Amino acid sequence: MSAFLSIDNASRLFGPKLSTGEKIAAKLGAKVETRSVRAVSAVTLSVRKGETLGLVGESGCGKSTLGHLIAGILPPTSGTVTIDGAPVMVGSKKVTTRVQTVFQDPFASLDPRMKVGETVAEGPIAHGLTTRAHSKTYVSEWFERVGLDPVWTDRYPHQFSGGQRQRIAIARALAMQPDVLICDEPVASLDVSIQAQIINLFLTLTKKLDLTCVFISHDLSVVQHVSDRVAVMYLGRIVELGPVAQVFGRPAHPYTAALFGSVPKLVLDADELVHFDTIEGEVPSPLSPPSGCYYHPRCPLASPQCSNAAPPTKAVSDVRYVACYHSDAQLRLGPQS
Amino acid sequence: MTDPVLSVQNLKTHFFTRAGVIKAVDDVSFDLARGEIMGLVGESGSGKTVTGFSLLGLVDPPGRIVEGSVKLNGTELTTLSGAALRSRRGREISMIFQDPIATLNPLLTIGQQMHMAISAHDRLGKAAANARCAELLTQVGIPSAKARLRAYPHEFSGGMRQRVAIAIALLHRPAVLVADEPTTALDVSIQAQILLQMRELAAETGTAMIWISHDLAVVSSLATKLAVMYAGKIVEQGPTATLLRDPRHPYTAGLIASLPAMAKPGTPLTQIRGTTPSLLSLPVGCPFAPRCDRQTETCLEKPPLTMEGARGWRCFHPVGHSAGALA
Repeated sequence: MSAFLSIDNASRLFGPKLSTGEKIAAKLGAKVETRSVRAVSAVTLSVRKGETLGLVGESGCGKSTLGHLIAGILPPTSGTVTIDGAPVMVGSKKVTTRVQTVFQDPFASLDPRMKVGETVAEGPIAHGLTTRAHSKTYVSEWFERVGLDPVWTDRYPHQFSGGQRQRIAIARALAMQPDVLICDEPVASLDVSIQAQIINLFLTLTKKLDLTCVFISHDLSVVQHVSDRVAVMYLGRIVELGPVAQVFGRPAHPYTAALFGSVPKLVLDADELVHFDTIEGEVPSPLSPPSGCYYHPRCPLASPQCSNAAPPTKAVSDVRYVACYHSDAQLRLGPQS
Repeated sequence: MTDPVLSVQNLKTHFFTRAGVIKAVDDVSFDLARGEIMGLVGESGSGKTVTGFSLLGLVDPPGRIVEGSVKLNGTELTTLSGAALRSRRGREISMIFQDPIATLNPLLTIGQQMHMAISAHDRLGKAAANARCAELLTQVGIPSAKARLRAYPHEFSGGMRQRVAIAIALLHRPAVLVADEPTTALDVSIQAQILLQMRELAAETGTAMIWISHDLAVVSSLATKLAVMYAGKIVEQGPTATLLRDPRHPYTAGLIASLPAMAKPGTPLTQIRGTTPSLLSLPVGCPFAPRCDRQTETCLEKPPLTMEGARGWRCFHPVGHSAGALA
């Protein structure tokens, strides 16, 4: 597989910044919080040119942090991210404009005091993709491509609805002519009828511009709809990776199975209330994750082996990977209802 | 049929702002039987939360209930005095909110807050009160409930905090519980646990629930009947299964069809064009008409409520049998 976007063994830790006093206090045996959170833990992924990779998991699983690492918003503590062989970051400095992000909340991601046209033009002017003199036409073109009326470039964000703002945010990201687009929950804050419009726009534009995408969402049905492959994260680790239809149809990791099982589904031909499965317990604190496989305390298939050592990632087929000792047993359980 | 515990008739809640009158709830009617769960679905600004607030008399100026009746066990709530309403609120009808962090007082322990809720309506000894609190916490799925009474809200996870809020709302075994998107801020695995427990609680205790949500899938897995709101009006209501399988209002049909689960992966989704209208400048006649494929000149009139058995809709050109939803 020719990788266009590669994430190689990337980890990201968030630790407390200790003052000198606290360091001394810790040395003397005082109780100072020195543990750090491993938000992303040794993640290796590769995405082909033009492919959309879905990234799913519950809050706190590290999916947004991984998105930030790929987008060059945060430097990895260790490991590298490269696009077409070139690194995204050198040290803690982003050195490419080839990756851009669309964020979740279009109310927070647009400057309320800048005209939306200026917001979209700012990056392309700074990086020489257009000149100040030509920026008006340049921005108008992008407005049209995302389905906005170009006469609106002189308006302010508060004059737009949520769906329109998300279109502006998409225009801002795409006006930088990126090769890779990170979408961090781009439809989570939108109403259902508007969600469909933005998803359709996303599908059209990624195809037309041959964009490589990482689509982060907690909404499994949205990810299923837009992605080619999907990666499932749990407490900073990728537990399963594979083509969407296969992973969703027949999960190899018990967590994937449980996550899909607990999503309320709209069943049109049921006369009784639909049954859905629940996962016992809650996600453990990432400050003190369990030993071995992070999922073993909640896992119905757990054995003593699972608490001793983290399961290595193994290939189930030439396109599917899973980090679980009992994936064969899980696969035998058959397709999800 | 037995008498409903809650009967809402022609409820109108309007907000009188400088920019004009906002008809947030405009002629809403429904009945709720003992132990029944009704899903109230709609997009932001459709008036579903204000409907919930109106039932408990929680609407603040510039808003007020201008017309209609809310009968709880036969008592008219809209004309009650503040004190009389307070004596029922929390005891006979209670509410849980979307954000469990904002609901609980960060400076008091869970036990203190639950005791306050008990003493608002009952005189109970400390031991008896503690026992009742622990019982409720256990019922909503909080482990080692007795010990947790001494904990502060920040010591609980989001899901656990919402369970505490639910336990407080159920302390007095209310006849009606209004739940305003209580699982929206939670993860799917926690949401599934809570939905299942609420289903059991309603069956066990006979508490009737109004579950407000924007998520059709969530309410369909919980509620036996649904009401779909658009621009302050219930545009369609009926038993969950029939309404979803065979929607009559083009808006309901559009909402169902626009869900990603209804389309083949990678294909364009069916979308409802345009955006929700501002409540300050609603279109004449049917509020959905400008976004609707079936609109004609008739739609410039306000569509009346058409009833057919247990279901009803407000549309001149209802979607036919099984058409539209599965297209």
